[in-house]
This record gives sequence, C-alpha cells and structure tokens, in this order.
Amino acid sequence: MGTKRKINPVRTPMPEQEADVRNKNFSEVALGYSREQAILEAQRCLQCKNPPCRKGCPVEIDIKGFIGHLASGDIPSAYKVIKQTNALPAVCGRVCPQENQCEGSCILGKKYEPVAIGRLERFVADNFDSDSVCEMITGDTACSLPNDQVKVACIGGGPSSLTVAGYLAARGVPVTVYEALHEIGGVLIYGIPEFRLPKSIVAREVGALWSKGVTFFPNWVGGKTITIEDLFDDGFDAVFIGVGAGLPKFLNIPGENLVGVFSSNEYLTRVNLGRAYDFPEHDTPAPHPKNVAVVGGGNVAMDAARTALRLGAENVYITYRRTLDELPARREELHHAIEEGVKMELLTSPVSINGDDNSHVKSMTLQIMELGEPDESGRCRPVAIAGQTKDIDVDMVIIAVGTGANPVLLEATPGLELNKWGYIMANPETGETSLHNVFAGGDIVGGSATVISAMGAGRRAAKTIAERLKV
Amino acid sequence: MSNKIIKKRALIPGQTSMLVLDAPQIAKKARPGNFIILRVTDKGERIPLTIADTDPDAGTITIVYLVVGKSSALLETLNEGDNILDLCGPLGKPTHIEKCGTVICIGGGTGIAAMHHIAKGHHNAGNHVVAIVGARSKDLLLFCDELGGFCPELIIATDDGSCGQKGFVTDVLRERLEKDKDVAEVVAVGPVPMMEAVSKVTKPFGVKTVVSLNSIMVDGVGMCGACRCNIGGETQFACVDGPEFDGHKVDFKELNMRLKQYKEQERVSMDLFRRQYGN
Repeated sequence: MGTKRKINPVRTPMPEQEADVRNKNFSEVALGYSREQAILEAQRCLQCKNPPCRKGCPVEIDIKGFIGHLASGDIPSAYKVIKQTNALPAVCGRVCPQENQCEGSCILGKKYEPVAIGRLERFVADNFDSDSVCEMITGDTACSLPNDQVKVACIGGGPSSLTVAGYLAARGVPVTVYEALHEIGGVLIYGIPEFRLPKSIVAREVGALWSKGVTFFPNWVGGKTITIEDLFDDGFDAVFIGVGAGLPKFLNIPGENLVGVFSSNEYLTRVNLGRAYDFPEHDTPAPHPKNVAVVGGGNVAMDAARTALRLGAENVYITYRRTLDELPARREELHHAIEEGVKMELLTSPVSINGDDNSHVKSMTLQIMELGEPDESGRCRPVAIAGQTKDIDVDMVIIAVGTGANPVLLEATPGLELNKWGYIMANPETGETSLHNVFAGGDIVGGSATVISAMGAGRRAAKTIAERLKV
Repeated sequence: MSNKIIKKRALIPGQTSMLVLDAPQIAKKARPGNFIILRVTDKGERIPLTIADTDPDAGTITIVYLVVGKSSALLETLNEGDNILDLCGPLGKPTHIEKCGTVICIGGGTGIAAMHHIAKGHHNAGNHVVAIVGARSKDLLLFCDELGGFCPELIIATDDGSCGQKGFVTDVLRERLEKDKDVAEVVAVGPVPMMEAVSKVTKPFGVKTVVSLNSIMVDGVGMCGACRCNIGGETQFACVDGPEFDGHKVDFKELNMRLKQYKEQERVSMDLFRRQYGN
C-alpha cells in the first residue's frame, strides 16, 4: 500500500481570460497551461496497462505514451508520439469534444475528474519548438525524399484533407491540396472563431505540412477550376475528396431574406476568413446590430453568439427548441457562452422574422414549446403549445441549424454515388467511393460533425491509399 | 497561376477599366456567364466580377470593373505586370446556350462587358444576335467595336442622344419586339433597375428573359448564402444556382434592398482608402 501514489481528484484548472474582459476581444479564451501545470496534470495519469482513452480517439493517439513523456518533462518526445498519428495536435487540443472521446473513456474519470488530455495535447503542441520541421513531424532529422512514383490530390483544404496529406507526406508521397478559398484550413479558418482557435495556430500546422513537401493550391475550386477527371488525366494516382458540408440550411419561414438575416456560415466567414472584426483595417464588413437572435443550439450557434457579443451587441439570444439538457453544443462552449452574457431562450422555435419599412429585421416571433415523448433519437420531442407565441426585438438573426452537402463538386463528377441526403457514399472502413481510387471523408460523407471525426476519416482513407499505392 | 495583368485599358477614364489576366486554367474552363472572385490585398474583400471574355489559347481572361468602392479602387491602383493576389474561378453556372434563332442581348454600364461574352456564345452557337447597348452618353459606352464584330445588328441607345438612338434600351427593345415576333430569347445584364425594366417590357410578349444577378457574395461557391435571392417564391443562391435567372421570376425589390445592406460600411472603407491614398 505504501507505494500507491495519491491521485489528485481534481484536474488542474486551465487559466482563461475573465468573462467580462474576453467578451470584448477576439483573443483566445483559454490561455493554456504553464509547464508546471502541464506536468502536474500529466502526473495524474494512471498509465493504465490497457488504456481505453486511445480507443476513444478517432486518430488513435498513443495518449498514455505522450502523457508519460510529458509527466517526466520530456516535451519533444511527447510531441513526436502525438505527431505520429495526428497532423493537427494544436487544433485538436483546442476544439475536440474530448469529454465524449479520450477523456470520456479515461479510467480516472470513473471515480474522479478524468485527465485533461486535450489540454495536455494543446500544451505539448504549443510548446514544442524545433529548428527542423522534418524532425518536428517525423522524428527524423532529415526529411525522407518524396516517393515520386505516385502522387495524390486532395480536394478541399480542411481537417480531413490535411490529415490525409500529413499521413502520406510522412511516407514521402507528394500530395497536392486544392482549396476553393484563399486560405488553407477549411472550417478551421472560416468557421471556428479566433477566440477558440487562433489562425496563427492553424497557419503553423499548415506550414509544417508545407515544409514536409505538401503542395497547396488555394483558389482552386473542385468541380470548377479542376475536376476529378482532370486530376487523373494530370497523372494523380488517387484523389481524396474532403470538401466539407458547406451548404447553409435555412428555416423556410417568412422574413428569412430580410436585411439582417444571416446564415451562420456567412456571418462566421465574414468575421473569420474576412477578419471583419478588424474592419475597416480589413475590408470585409460585418453588421453591428444591437440585439441578436441565434437560431440553433450547436457549437456553431455558440460561436456565432459569442462573436456577436464581441462585435458589440448588447443582447444576444440563443433560441433553441428543447432545454439545456438536450442542447448539442459542447458543455465547455455553452458554459463559456453563458458566462460571457449570451442569454438562453429555451423551448422556443422561430415562426417568422418581421421587418420594418426598409425591409430590415425588427423582431422575431417565437413559438413556445414543451417537451413531449422521446423520439427515435431518444431525445424528447419538442411540441408547440397551441396559441403561445412571443416576440423578441432583434435587429439581426443568425440561422445556425446545420448545413447540407455542397453540390458544386458532386455535380461535376459523373458516377460518384450519393446517398439520399446528397452526401457521398464511402466505405466507412476504407473511405473509398463508387469511383476507383477516389476516396472521401469528413462532412461531405457523414454530414456536419466534428473536426476530429473528419480527421479520423482522413486517417482511414490515407491508410487505404498508402496500401493501395504500396507506399 | 501567375494572375498577372497582361493588359490594362481605361475604358472610361477614372471610372471603368478592363484587365486581361494571365489565368490559363480559368481561361480553359470558363464559359459565357461564369464569373471569378478576386482579392487585391491580404486585407482585401473577395470581389465577384463577371468574365467578359476568354482566350483559352493565350491562357487569358478579360474582366471589366467599375470603380465604386474601396475594393474596386484598390484594383484600379494595379498596373500591367502586377499580379492579382487571389483569383478564383470560373464560378457560377454557364449561360444556357442553344441554337434557337434570334437572341436579343441587352447591356447597360459595365454589364455590357459581361453581356459581350454571352452574346459571343450565342453567336458561336449559330444564333442571330441583336445587341442593344445603353448608356447615359456616348463616352460611357463599352465594347461596341467588339460587339459590332460579330453581331449582325448593334443598336445603341443613349439618354442624351449623343450616340445612336436617344432614349432607353427598353424603348429600343419594345419597338423591336413589336416588329419582330420571332425573338427566341432576351438576355439583359446591367444595373438592377435596367434588368427589372427589361423584364417588364418582355413579359407581355411572353419572350424568355434571362438576367444576370449581381448579388453580394462572400465565398462564391454556395457556402455562405449571402447571395440568396427570391426566384418565383423560392430561395436560390446566385453563386451556384445562377448568376442567371428567369427575369420574370426575380424579386428585384428584394435584390435591391439586399444590395444596399453594407452602404454605411462601404462609405467608411472608401473614406479610409481616400485618406491612405491621398485622393
């Protein structure tokens, strides 16, 4: 008994900006661990014989391994372990829903708070510094020469494609990534706000891939500037499609085209990709309303609501048709949003958006709901209470109710089989589509999901591509 | 792609310019009706502009722009030999072109340039193209020589009568439709009031009318929904479902109000530009 170490039941807190300070700036909310805090937290890890945390990680990080190195203060070794399977650790450490994945499976979590695996991953990624980018990625001081017998193209520059590129580049395969927007990173750039994921972090990870020999072509639209057929004609041996699910959904209620009604995609793209928070220093404008309603309860809705607060809105409401218990956003994001002053209009569903004489949003009419019997998803179905509505005064409405499959590439690719929702049919184990040597992963296959699930799909596809091309 | 400006020509000095850009991949893929999105600086906005012409053999595309705000004023500061920072395209659905007989193509303002590419497409498909070009006065007309090169009929209308017929393009169009019952299609590209007026004129004649909508866009690939417009009661995205739509179905009032939504910010931006560039 004497050798059994005492486990701290409470995880090491992460320093963060005060709520009433951070809701006025775009700097990162969570400030990251110090070296001492990280090592202290790493030492909480039980170093299980059969660690379940790794099985909970879509990209199979050797979590026990990296935490072991970190606990002894060896950051470079910890970094190499993570980078063996994860091309974007600084991103994952920030935006993964760890509570449902690695941390959700942590044995320590059965009795106490689980090890803060995400925070540790972030610390290692942020604090490993190397003169040699090759070493940073592969652990080798010299980059392996490209295997010029084969080449692979990725369409879309988001997390799934970057994972494919990272996996194959580590095996010396030249990969070319075609991205429609002017910046690489996909949703990491246009979707996730600076205060959750600084663009400099994304740029650093992309830069590491660049130095490893990955070629990036921004401003190339798959299906428009280049088709899959063109890529095979140009000598590519395999193509990975990771174009995301970027078609905004609307509610089809009256008033939805009034001035002041935005899809969350437009609002976040203006602010993030266009840096509209820095207008007029940057040229892309964003609206500056007083009272904002965000429709939806996911992470994107939280991001939009918190962005609106930071751009100076006085009142920001999340309207969600169920209760807090069913709200799909990560608890941490919800908690941060409420702390910052976002108001919850729960059990409400928009009926109409009402305009003034200039066709500008003036108010929104909400139907009051109650919870009924559970539906097929297991969640209680929201049911309208007849005759009960209320109006809220708002001058802007952001619709954040998910996205559908963007048809641009799909329409330009004959023979590519889609499912009934318009997403690409791909083998869940291999990522292969109905077209030979064409693979797909991420939201264009499964619909709106998480960064890490897109990366998991990218990793599975990259493994298959590597086997297929014998690299 | 280098995106280099091979040629720059002031069409209306200080107001409208034409650029020929080195963009082989876009030139290869572009069809009439397509547009591009460009960015001039790393802090710049994404600006959509219709492709006025392409030369796939030379690997070039031609664009024409009107200096209206900061972004177009910044574009105007570039010269031959300079590179466009970001150039993305071709975007949008190409114009639906088939052999159908007589097609009247109407252009107003910088829209004449976009109309030129569509008219050329109809000409190449074997249609009899009647071009109607309108401007306030003679000095504001564009692409007349180019249109005259392949259109068997080129009719010019100016508000002040300084060139061609005095009056509006809609007057010319109405006369023509009254005389000629065999017009298969009318295409109109230009300011929103002009496209709306053209659609009103053609409606009683029952002639198919296509208009090219210049909605506000951000990504231009169907991702953001900024460009949504009401087409016969249905929401469509100008960037991927258009930019061309049935003029008889477009809710022009809604388009107009959505186009004005950043007016105040555009003014702030332009003031800043003037201070920075000292004019």
